[in-house]
Amino acid sequence: MIITKQKDFNELLSSIGKEPVFIIGCSECATICHTGGEKEVLEMKGALEGENIPVTGWVILEPACHLQNDKRILRKYKDEVNKANKILVLACGNGIQTVSEIIENADVIAGNDTLFLGEIKHANEFEKRCNMCGDCIEDLFGGFCPVSRCPKSMLNGPCGGSIDGKCEIDSNIDCVWDLIYKRLKEKKQLQLLKIIQEPKDWSKSTETRRVL
Amino acid sequence: MNYRSNLERVLSKGKLAVTAEIGPPKGSDPDKITQKGEITKGCADAFNVTDNQTAVVRMSSMASSCILLKMGLEPVMQITCRDRNRMALQSDVLGASAIGIRNILCITGDHQSFGNHPGSKGVYDIDSIQFIQTIKNMRNMGVFQSGDKILSGKPDIFIGAAANPFADPYEFRVDRLEKKIEAGADFIQTQSIFNVNKFNIWMDEVRSRGLDRKVHIIAGVTPLKSLKMTDRMRFHVPGVDIPEHVANRMKNSGDPKREGYEIALELINDIKKTKGVHGLHITALFWEGIIPSLVRESGFLPRP
Repeated sequence: MIITKQKDFNELLSSIGKEPVFIIGCSECATICHTGGEKEVLEMKGALEGENIPVTGWVILEPACHLQNDKRILRKYKDEVNKANKILVLACGNGIQTVSEIIENADVIAGNDTLFLGEIKHANEFEKRCNMCGDCIEDLFGGFCPVSRCPKSMLNGPCGGSIDGKCEIDSNIDCVWDLIYKRLKEKKQLQLLKIIQEPKDWSKSTETRRVL
Repeated sequence: MNYRSNLERVLSKGKLAVTAEIGPPKGSDPDKITQKGEITKGCADAFNVTDNQTAVVRMSSMASSCILLKMGLEPVMQITCRDRNRMALQSDVLGASAIGIRNILCITGDHQSFGNHPGSKGVYDIDSIQFIQTIKNMRNMGVFQSGDKILSGKPDIFIGAAANPFADPYEFRVDRLEKKIEAGADFIQTQSIFNVNKFNIWMDEVRSRGLDRKVHIIAGVTPLKSLKMTDRMRFHVPGVDIPEHVANRMKNSGDPKREGYEIALELINDIKKTKGVHGLHITALFWEGIIPSLVRESGFLPRP
């Protein structure tokens, strides 16, 4: 899932000013992250109105990253959208851009920061799991991904800072190489770690890519 | 036999080598390098020049190495994968070879979050093992990492790598050393040793696999200068293992600076006796002035 975090409310206020706002949420990731579901959109509406900022309407797109679906849904909110000078989108970076493709006359404001593709560990606790590198090699590492989970993306074993199973960067985070080592040891597949992994081919995750 | 570097010559003749670290200044003043060079001249066979160590921006290791070369000192240029992608790394290897740098130590690098630019983007395009292999292929086969051919002049580099016998998962540490050797490391410089027992366990495994005959292992020693430095290294520098009894000696001493020096001398004596160790690497952080007496008192002078 795409993990997002709502921006600081005061930061949003400085982007919005006092102009009328239409609020857009997303039914998928932002709903699960509690950053842009119906509950958060309504809370945002109340908070903005509390600052005397007019809210012309709101909608939850299903999901915000679906261009054709968004066009269909937003058609029904044409009047509310037209009355607004600012469109506040509580979705991921993708959702915000899909909305920008459709609504051209108002300023689109990013209400969320998009953090990573990650796992829901517990309610409101998320951890990065994938860099979308375009060439998955997790099967070499016991099903764990060192590209996204090692802060140095090391492919040939842990750095010298792995201590007691924790990462040198943050002792709250497991060293993924420790997880890899233990899993492969259990499975008696430690020989996999003796193979020198060649540099990754990053052209497989080109920054402007398209898949048909 | 033609040796690429003085370090390779000393190691190849089976003599215990000495390397010492010279940290580049946080500024552009070349005198800071020459001063450290003057102090330590004649005390070591080659001098490691760190590359933005602990992720703090300093004078580049290439420029600092060049200053040492002009003084007649041999550098071990350290290069981290943190700040450069594979193109910049290879370009620096060619450039280093062109200006006469013959030893390069390949390291992944301390994470940028520890340094003075925590908001920077770490590169980590390739890791240290892939970097070692890249230089080996450039040197031995005349090919770049992509497979493209080098057209004029293969870099003539004695390839170094780091090893940390103290980090976790502990059982993987010798495997990782073996990978570095397989990738093409000619010499290894270890993390500074304070925990001799743990180092000996690591060395036992190294010897039992015959790795000490495949690569030159240079053991790291850092004299502790103060109690503050001891605590900093103990609790805030990743990968350093200072056992309690060493920390207590520093704490209970009336003269911690003297105590740190004595501890370093004892460590060097232990390391000298360890079978399979080919040299000593002294990292005297902000204390380069101590290197001459440390080397002399340990019986390493004059250098061959």
